[in-house]
Amino acid sequence: MVWSAQALVAFCGFYVAKVDARLFNQASQVVLVRDGDRTILTMSNDFRGEPKEFAMVVPVPSVLRRDQIQVSDRDLLEHVDAYSAPRLVEYFDPNPCQAPRGRGAGAAGGGGGGGRGGGAAPAAENSLGVKIEAQYTVGEYDILILSAVESTGLETWLRQNGYRIPRGAADVLASYIMQNMKFFVARVNLEQQSRLGFTSLRPIRVEFDSPKFMLPIRLGMVNADGPQELLVYTVTRQGRVETTNYRTVKLPTGMDIPPFVRGRFGEFYKAMFSEQAKRAENRAVFTEYAWDMGFCDPCAANPLSPDELRKLGVFWLADTPAAGPRGQLAAPRQQVFLTRLHVRYDNAHFPEDLVFQQTADRQNYQGRYVLRYPWNGGDSCAAAVTYRQGLPARYEREAQQLADLTGWNIGDIRRWNTDDIRRRMGIAELVR
Amino acid sequence: MATRGTTGSAFRRLTADPRHYQIAILGGLLVYGLAALDFDITGVRAAATLVTALLTQALCSTLWKTRFDPRSALISGLSLCLLLRTNSMKWVVVAAVVTIASKFILRFRGKHIFNPTNFGIVAMMLATGEVWVSPGQWGNFAFFGFLMACLGGVVVNRAARSDVTIAFIVAYMALVFGRSIYLYEPMTIPIHRLESGALLLFTFFMISDPRTTPDSRAGRMIFAALVAWGAWHITFRMFRTNGLLWALALAAITVPVIDWLLPGSRYNWSRPDIGHSPAAPDHLGHEGGTPNETEALGAYLTRNRSHGLVRPGSGRLLRLLRS
Repeated sequence: MVWSAQALVAFCGFYVAKVDARLFNQASQVVLVRDGDRTILTMSNDFRGEPKEFAMVVPVPSVLRRDQIQVSDRDLLEHVDAYSAPRLVEYFDPNPCQAPRGRGAGAAGGGGGGGRGGGAAPAAENSLGVKIEAQYTVGEYDILILSAVESTGLETWLRQNGYRIPRGAADVLASYIMQNMKFFVARVNLEQQSRLGFTSLRPIRVEFDSPKFMLPIRLGMVNADGPQELLVYTVTRQGRVETTNYRTVKLPTGMDIPPFVRGRFGEFYKAMFSEQAKRAENRAVFTEYAWDMGFCDPCAANPLSPDELRKLGVFWLADTPAAGPRGQLAAPRQQVFLTRLHVRYDNAHFPEDLVFQQTADRQNYQGRYVLRYPWNGGDSCAAAVTYRQGLPARYEREAQQLADLTGWNIGDIRRWNTDDIRRRMGIAELVR
Repeated sequence: MATRGTTGSAFRRLTADPRHYQIAILGGLLVYGLAALDFDITGVRAAATLVTALLTQALCSTLWKTRFDPRSALISGLSLCLLLRTNSMKWVVVAAVVTIASKFILRFRGKHIFNPTNFGIVAMMLATGEVWVSPGQWGNFAFFGFLMACLGGVVVNRAARSDVTIAFIVAYMALVFGRSIYLYEPMTIPIHRLESGALLLFTFFMISDPRTTPDSRAGRMIFAALVAWGAWHITFRMFRTNGLLWALALAAITVPVIDWLLPGSRYNWSRPDIGHSPAAPDHLGHEGGTPNETEALGAYLTRNRSHGLVRPGSGRLLRLLRS
């Protein structure tokens, strides 16, 4: 049986409130599809406020055309998340008196979907040095592509137009202006939203050609209330993606941990991530998954279908992909490699934007944690006696492992473990 | 007394050559990287790199009829372990062979053109697409940067050619800070970029290699500035990774020209100096030194025959300018 963790989620632009609402910019997910110099960026977030309060500013390398902007599908992001999520696997010890048997593993499914957009409007100029390079309505969003000559002009313009810019934004905007970057500004068109009937905000997808393989995170820290969570899924042709200006660390994986964690996997994973981030002095980017999209083992969710990959912007797939063998879970081999990176960032530890590189590393990696249930049978052969004698040491080993991973108190773990073992043994007695 | 004398002379022998320090420090960094920073290399691969490097050195020494000296091969091998990453054992071995063989094959006037490790990595990246370098693997721990700088400083000072390191880092810092000031970036950004372990390793252990940098001090200044500008341009203007390695490989091609314009004496590991043109070539024939010394003497004599003996700091560049 397979369980996937609750998404620990966060974002690269910043939310700016149109009214004086307190916004908690906490969790964003970004899919970066990249091959050569072409980037297709899908941005999603867990914004939970009033849609009219939502706005987003993202630096982009060029003025985007209408056809380079799309509204994507939340299901698609959820599928990527489910496919790559850290997973818990369970094994049941066999009867030591019999020959060794196999193990159990299962799979859960994911969904697909589609997205589309609306019209466009001409450019306008402004005395503050801000120029509306392009203006589009795409799906439920009104989108502006702005260029500016200086940051205070841009900040003033945004304020005058009803965007509440956090203090300090101008400082961050300035360096992007100097690099001749444009600003992608999106807010919700309430009329369109009610017409389309979407209640939650759908992800926005933009594409552009640029040698820069990076993600601007600095704006996201301007109005941040504490560290933020960001999940970056990169989809590339060749291999694993890592950051070049921060250390990229694979999370510990493959450990045996006590079976009681089954009921609190989300809690376990959050604690483990915090502990590992702390050990890396909060300066590392963590790899949670790096896998050839052609398959998975075990599968937290099926790999994305070629159709879903195209919706994410994977443009190098063959037009008519060869179908895989009937009944096989795997999508056809298409040279699609997924890397899932998890960053918890703040200003003090992540002073510059994330810069990535694609490596030639095609070794598959997944965050996978193992629960081994002891055999509870009543046989009394010599092997069973030895097996039972070995159990306390194994429980202790698993408890120590868990304490080391999460920083949890070992005494608490032993107590929870004992309670869990007693409960399971009681059930086993009842069954017998 | 006799024991103390023996120990003392063994210690002197050990400290006489700066490469012993380099080997110790690079080895220490490798152990630290494997143990504390989860470097993406296994002990087996590291061992394979080192053994291949040494075997290649032994083989090439036989073929080129020079004395086998494991020290430079060990340094190259350790540097490869610290930098080069690949999924395949095949490329580990090929990289080590290419690195060491380049020293013997790619020569100009008795001097190898490329820093061997630099050449090995760049050639493998260009030719195979199956290897990579992880510049982020060191993280940005300030104390670690400081430690590496100190340790590296020891090495280059002993190598008596710390000028190239200093010139490079000053030029590179000026460019990185200059760009951030121009872009109104907060100073935390350039500081973060300079705290990089990869930059320190490059600065103190790779560009400082006295056998592949220009012979004269003025030449080394030009060379260092060239590498700094190239690395900066590749990283911050072209937005490509590993700007340092590409820039060094490209700049290495200019070294013969720089040496021709600004000649100086060839570096000798056992007699470190800053590269003055000597009054007489007596020290170049030092017995028991590296095999290159005889070639260095030959190159020196050839130069003097065709161009006349020149004083340090002067040279063909001045005469070219005058004419």
